[in-house]
Amino acid sequence: MDHIADRALNQAQVAGATYADVRVVNQQAEVIAIKDGKVEAFARSSNEGFGVRVIADGAWGFASSNQLTAVEADRVAALAVSVARASARTKRSDIRLAEAQPVKASYATPIRTNPLEDVSVEQKLELLLACDAAMRRVKGLTVAESSLEAAVEDKLFASTEGSRIEQRIVTCGGGIEATAVTPDEVQTRSYPNSFGRQAATAGWEFIESLQLAENAERVASEAVELLSAKQCPSTVTTLILDGTQLALQVHESCGHAIELDRVFGMEAAYAGTSFLTTDKLGRFRYGSDLVNIFADATVPGGLGTFGYDDEGVPAQRTGIVRDGIFVGYMSSRETAPLIGQTSSGTMRADGWNRIPLIRMTNVNLEPGTWVLDDLIADTDDGILMAVNKSWSIDDKRLNFQFGTELAWEIRNGKRGALLKNATYTGITPQFWASCDAICNRDHWQLWGTTNCGKGQPSQTMYVGHGVAPARFRDVRVGVA
Amino acid sequence: MYESGSPEAEMLGEKHVRTLLEGALHACKDADQAEVLLSTSDEALTRFANNTIHQNVVERNSMLRVRAVIDKRIGVATANSLEARAVRDAGEAACTIARFSEENADFQSLPAPAGPMQPMNAAFSEETAATSPEQRAMAVQTVIRRAEAGKLVAAGAYGTSCEEIAVANSLGVFAYQPLTAAEIATVVMGETSSGYGDRAATNASDIDFDALAEEACGRAARSASPRELEPGDYEVVLEPYAVAEMLEYLAYIGFGAMALQEGRSFMAERMGQKVTGEAITITDDGLDPACFPLPFDFEGVARRQVPLIENGIATAVVYDSYTAARQGVPNTGHALLAPNPMGPLPGHLHLMPGDKSLEELVGSLERGLWISRFHYVNVLRPLETILTGMTRDGVWLVEKGQVKHAVKNLRFTQSVLEALDTVQGIGREPKLERSGFGGCLVPALKLGRFAFTGKTDF
Repeated sequence: MDHIADRALNQAQVAGATYADVRVVNQQAEVIAIKDGKVEAFARSSNEGFGVRVIADGAWGFASSNQLTAVEADRVAALAVSVARASARTKRSDIRLAEAQPVKASYATPIRTNPLEDVSVEQKLELLLACDAAMRRVKGLTVAESSLEAAVEDKLFASTEGSRIEQRIVTCGGGIEATAVTPDEVQTRSYPNSFGRQAATAGWEFIESLQLAENAERVASEAVELLSAKQCPSTVTTLILDGTQLALQVHESCGHAIELDRVFGMEAAYAGTSFLTTDKLGRFRYGSDLVNIFADATVPGGLGTFGYDDEGVPAQRTGIVRDGIFVGYMSSRETAPLIGQTSSGTMRADGWNRIPLIRMTNVNLEPGTWVLDDLIADTDDGILMAVNKSWSIDDKRLNFQFGTELAWEIRNGKRGALLKNATYTGITPQFWASCDAICNRDHWQLWGTTNCGKGQPSQTMYVGHGVAPARFRDVRVGVA
Repeated sequence: MYESGSPEAEMLGEKHVRTLLEGALHACKDADQAEVLLSTSDEALTRFANNTIHQNVVERNSMLRVRAVIDKRIGVATANSLEARAVRDAGEAACTIARFSEENADFQSLPAPAGPMQPMNAAFSEETAATSPEQRAMAVQTVIRRAEAGKLVAAGAYGTSCEEIAVANSLGVFAYQPLTAAEIATVVMGETSSGYGDRAATNASDIDFDALAEEACGRAARSASPRELEPGDYEVVLEPYAVAEMLEYLAYIGFGAMALQEGRSFMAERMGQKVTGEAITITDDGLDPACFPLPFDFEGVARRQVPLIENGIATAVVYDSYTAARQGVPNTGHALLAPNPMGPLPGHLHLMPGDKSLEELVGSLERGLWISRFHYVNVLRPLETILTGMTRDGVWLVEKGQVKHAVKNLRFTQSVLEALDTVQGIGREPKLERSGFGGCLVPALKLGRFAFTGKTDF
């Protein structure tokens, strides 16, 4: 790795780059998926390469290759410079980066058991087949799915400013999904989280903590039970969200909205911009006084936890919303100076062949004081929704609509009938302003989102959200 | 043929590819059956925002995917290095995984060869393969200059790619195809509005960048000062951008054999029945030279043209070797990359055009909405084909055939099939949209009823 990095940095400077960084990355990954007792997927992948990012003639260029040779390092570095010169045709001003101290360091995800090297295939298959069997014992179940995924990524970052950082990031995830089907209804239940799995930066010990097999029969029973559940009513009511759904609410309505590149229009043609414009910083009421949100890349186990971002900036904990007021962005070395700040260390690339972009780390809602049972008991009339099923939000992150797998009526402080096809909708600051209760740290949990998309070419990032269940007043539910 | 002499794209060529695949198959000699999928690519993308290029990237990569079968146990290993040792390691890893895996009783066989397959010339363009960073920047400059002239702000991306895809298996299948694509999209923004446009082509020189800039800037100018409109049911004209997105979601939830066999597709209970208005005919055609053709699927099986909905009647879904064998029907050549628990999906949707111009469709609205495109669409209920999403980059209220004013964006929550059941007119000019490895060729639609359930502030 060092040889390729040195060669690329030298060649980039020879070709005229005023700044260059290189990332050399090797990723080993494994996925196993069982469906109805059969192994539907068992795959291992090896992926390696390097990417060179340069500033030349005051503009950005990037080139990358899977061929780890000195000749290719020369070609790719020179190409990155010529790409930057093409970019300069339209430049309005030279790119300027916030000051950053050169770093020579290493970081590794703390793990007890390496999921790729220290756990046998038999052990993994045995766990998934046990989940599968438990789900299929439930009468009326149509499809049972269970999966595990693990990856070990080794990467070297080096820059012409003198940084040299080695990191090993280990991620692990698993989940089960039960689907019940009738001629006019499909209902799916997932555990611990929907869309495949719950995940973390951790070793195999994380998978063991999920208790997948222990929950399989219950989850399958809930899928069947949903077929005969009542439809979620169409009304305006009090809404309590569980952690899995609240995590995605934070993700879509806060996490993406505070990406400073999005605010400056750099994603305008793709997923859009943000209503949190820079004139609102420090003065805009984002939510009620109870709402406190941090972007924290240092929290142990978070799926967005690392030592240094892909610009070589140390991981940080940044205030985003304090007592309901919007106070901070996630930023980069290019965007932070535009608001008079230094980088908050959130530049992340999903591989050697992608440039780093401002990405969520772990965007966490601070816990409140409530016990969930007390919160339900304190609610005269409302709905409790759990586990995300669908999501959609407009291109300024204002109007959202979510659907959940599960919902229950709340009547006179008691959890009542199960409801199906639950949805809720709202406008971001109005919704967060209606938050009047957040559960305490005992209910607070980190949830991993494995499918966060951004950028062109598309990048999929692993990010985290720590949340505890919370209550919102006067929410419109049951849209469809 | 297919020799790119430019430094922008490095191609291996069919002969070299065949040798590589044979080497990988040899590494699986202990397997009952084996399959190797190879792709190589040179991809570049020039991205712009605020009337300047802010990201500009080039990538060279390859992917070798080996699937080994031992006693109905299947293992897959992937590597992105084509060095001899990496190829051998991938083959051996696939065999090792297969040995440790569990039997899949439903698996019958990898596909057998069905005759030689010739690469399609229409899928490849020397011009696209040779596109330089300077050429991409100049194309982007065309859009930026037109936006600046209109006191507008342009964002977008222009990408070009050159790939080789090949599949071989131990039963004798071999298929090879070089591919190119050029695609540009832009969102142009004014003080209170925005407008969208995109173009895609196999040959970059077929793209008219001036016309694209004019379209997006014109739409941004016309959608200025939008007014709030109460949500509710409206008749609509959907431009092809919106139609393509709606159809792709319909395909995702309904047109694959796996969803059909598991009862998750609306086709499962309604095959042979009327599911949309009679004017609607939807076909998957991976051989159409005008729609990013790819003559074989990712198992090396020749793609067939599949009528999915014919004159409003649910007609067929698409199959790969696994789902076809399970149901005892012909394989239509729609396998995706293995392993793939989702099953086969169509990649080249065609909605049959009608006889109306866009102006005629809009002019026939009594009181309705003219919609440019959708944003952030998602599935609410797959069997009922209910989607939700937002409008974006241009919505207008039309009364008695006359455009009254631009409208602030709305949220829709609507069943696709119910919407298509109210079809009242179809545009005569299909538009090509890039979609995954293929494309989508669709005209504008006039629909009698579309449900809007929410609104936003812009």
